[in-house]
Amino acid sequence: MGDQNSVDEYLSAPRSYMETLSMLPSLLRPAAAQADRIASLTAYFTIAALLVLTIVIGLLIYIVVRFRARPGDAEPEQFTGNKVVEGFMIGVPTLLVIVFMYLTLDTMADVLPPDSGTQPDVVITGHRYWWEASYPGTKAIVANEIHLPVGRRLLLHINAADVIHDWWVPALGAKMDAIPGRTNHLWVTITKPGVYEGACSEFCGAQHAWMRIKVVAQPEPEFRDWVARKAQVANPVLSASAQAGAAFFSRQPCGSCHRIRGTAATGAVGPDLTHFASRRTMLAGLMENNPDNLRQWLTDPQHVKPGALMPRFIYPKDSINVLVDYLSSLK
Amino acid sequence: MITDVELPEPEKSLPGATVNSDQGLLMWISSVDHKQIGIMYLLMALFYLFVGGLLALLMRVQLLVPNNHFLAPDAYNQLFTMHGTTMIFFVLTPAILGLAVYLVPLQIGANEMAFPRLNAFSFWISLFGGLLLYFSFLAGGAPDAGWFSYAPLNQTQYSASPGIDYYCIGLLLSGIGTVATAGNLAVTIITLRTPSMQYKYMPVFVWMVFIDSFLILAAFPSLNAALAMLLIDRQLDGHFFNTDAGGSALLWQHLFWLFGHPEVYIVVLPPFGVLSEVFQVYSRKPIFGYPFVVGSGIAISLLAFGVWVHHMFATGMGHTVNSFFAVSSMLIGIPTGVKVFNWLGTMYGGSIRFTTGMLFATAFLVEFTIGGLSGISFAIVPIDWQLTDTYYVVAHLHYVFLGGSLFGLFAGLFYWFPKMSGRMYSERLGNWFFWLFVIGFNLTFFVQHILGIIGMPRRVYTYPALAGYSALNLTSSLGAFLMGLSMLVFLYLLYDALKRGKRAGDNPWDGYTFEWLTSSPPPLKNFTTLPPVYSFRPVHDLNHPEIGDYKKPDEEKYGTKDID
Repeated sequence: MGDQNSVDEYLSAPRSYMETLSMLPSLLRPAAAQADRIASLTAYFTIAALLVLTIVIGLLIYIVVRFRARPGDAEPEQFTGNKVVEGFMIGVPTLLVIVFMYLTLDTMADVLPPDSGTQPDVVITGHRYWWEASYPGTKAIVANEIHLPVGRRLLLHINAADVIHDWWVPALGAKMDAIPGRTNHLWVTITKPGVYEGACSEFCGAQHAWMRIKVVAQPEPEFRDWVARKAQVANPVLSASAQAGAAFFSRQPCGSCHRIRGTAATGAVGPDLTHFASRRTMLAGLMENNPDNLRQWLTDPQHVKPGALMPRFIYPKDSINVLVDYLSSLK
Repeated sequence: MITDVELPEPEKSLPGATVNSDQGLLMWISSVDHKQIGIMYLLMALFYLFVGGLLALLMRVQLLVPNNHFLAPDAYNQLFTMHGTTMIFFVLTPAILGLAVYLVPLQIGANEMAFPRLNAFSFWISLFGGLLLYFSFLAGGAPDAGWFSYAPLNQTQYSASPGIDYYCIGLLLSGIGTVATAGNLAVTIITLRTPSMQYKYMPVFVWMVFIDSFLILAAFPSLNAALAMLLIDRQLDGHFFNTDAGGSALLWQHLFWLFGHPEVYIVVLPPFGVLSEVFQVYSRKPIFGYPFVVGSGIAISLLAFGVWVHHMFATGMGHTVNSFFAVSSMLIGIPTGVKVFNWLGTMYGGSIRFTTGMLFATAFLVEFTIGGLSGISFAIVPIDWQLTDTYYVVAHLHYVFLGGSLFGLFAGLFYWFPKMSGRMYSERLGNWFFWLFVIGFNLTFFVQHILGIIGMPRRVYTYPALAGYSALNLTSSLGAFLMGLSMLVFLYLLYDALKRGKRAGDNPWDGYTFEWLTSSPPPLKNFTTLPPVYSFRPVHDLNHPEIGDYKKPDEEKYGTKDID
């Protein structure tokens, strides 16, 4: 239950304001080797930029104070240039450009070398408005809350099912567009276990704002357990009410968009629901995954997340209740 | 000195900024006079500035607090799309064209543009292009895929309302107007300069407009082609950008940014020219390094066509492409940075008059440097991979478009207001406007750098209550309201100046270029005779013969000789 614990900790542990700050999804808090390289480059750049800005502002303040017009001023000396100054004006920026050119090319080659043609560890697909992750070599398919192992160099393949999306988890390094018709890749070597926030960063339509990512990074053995569990088919349904929900689910068109492995539902348009109840949030980070929110969503999806692809089915209340019981049992 | 130009227009005209004169509104509508068309361009830009600003304020209300429900997501998406499109195509572009059309003939000693009727056509078609774009709100929905309308989101299956069709047609129409004006300006500058005005004596503003015209002529066709292709996709089921049918999502990005990046320089080069005039006159000195300023303008315009892929570093195009465009994008920082030091050099040793125009020019130096430096972080590919498409970009582009272009335009507007209207504005109101605007601007956009760094993507209609997000967004919204308030002060300032402003006289700032030689506002026929030109400051030579540039040899005129 390692994964559950770390997500639990993340969501419910009491913490001070400073601790909350430390969880901010920021490129300045790298948790991967690649993000680390980018963070140091960012630091060098910030220092250089602040230096330039300080020089400009300093000069400007001096000039403004020193050369402010005073009553009775005659026309000042009409000089029009100075070769030495102009030489510096070009020379210093050129030098800076050369330094940063080298650093850029070096970091680029390090952070994102070409895809070596090996099998990816994870295939990530952007959908309007949720993320799908599958783990090649296993049967595991999950949505939005994506687990990755710590301490191993991972190859991520990034695709899109409809429009362009963009995978971005600041603590893990570069973002990468998910473009329909193309497969992009990223390399990630996570160094610290934890839960990392991210979000779709290419405008993709009505609910671009609620296409958030949670990456749960955990030690290799925990991760293996997790994948093994996610690769299993859905739990057998126990309670009578959940069984009624299962029957309702298969009678209705739910299965033409959603997949529940081990049942007849094999749709690939919406998120895989095989282990739906083990997710802590629903609707790509919009709300906590609990029966009340689920009931609200199934009653009127377009009210909860307007523009999402889930249509409003006008079901009676008790049908929705058994459906909620069924989905909540899919641990 | 100059040949009189025979033009098909009435004897009397209204070159001033008021319409309540004997010939009324009809005179303006039928005018082919470059000054009236220039003023109409500026009024159009002002109108759309208020409209686009209002859209932005609505967005900032929505973003005041996390999980807000003030606007529905599709409404928000239409607003930010229209805000960006409006500000780029219907505020900044017409504003620079308006200033250029008004001032270029005056500064080169001509009485008209080369093609006065084409000039009027260009203005009207741009205006109607904008109105057509806004009609989409009534026709079923405004465009909602962002101002760069990425494929395949711009296809009918993902954006079903007719908004994007209006976007295509509106921008095509205004684009035709822009291209025609650019050609008109280039021909005017080549053929209608007063005979003694050699290229090396052209005012820096004219140089920048000249360079800009070629930028427009080369960049807009790419946009117009892309828009036509998109319209074919949407109306005739074409497959250029429809990925579901085998089209290419990246093709659109290439075509759009091949226009889009030069467009950034298109709207910033003329303000560079404006600032060069403003710094010179208010510092009582010639520009520092004239050949440098002009040369760096040319360098920027050439490099501008080799940097567009820095908008696409996160599309996964591979190292060869990314490296090339990283290097070119960093290189373009050099001529841009050089200009800042040219202006500092112009102020250095001067006797600086801090009028409202000069205040905007001075603030520009800081804001544009911030925008330029944050721009370099997008040339450094790995940093771009982190920061592109976040609020850091939103901050950066506003520091460039507002802190750069708009501050330059405001500086120019205050500088030339007495010439255009014949009246002085109130410096007291000008100061109020300046400080409110600058404080509001920095409050709004500076904090957005931090929002980007802590992971907030751009173009989100709402955001979760992560630590820091609420406070920073609240600050940003309050800044936006302050800017809104300052714009009301600006409007009152204009009204007050037109109503009660003192008569300006021909040359209230002791300006250097030919527009200050004629009356304020200039008559229909700008000049009857002009003195010969021996330097890039002909009116300064005339008014200050004892220290005039005309006495100096060329190498001293341009600072190519060392001065101890």
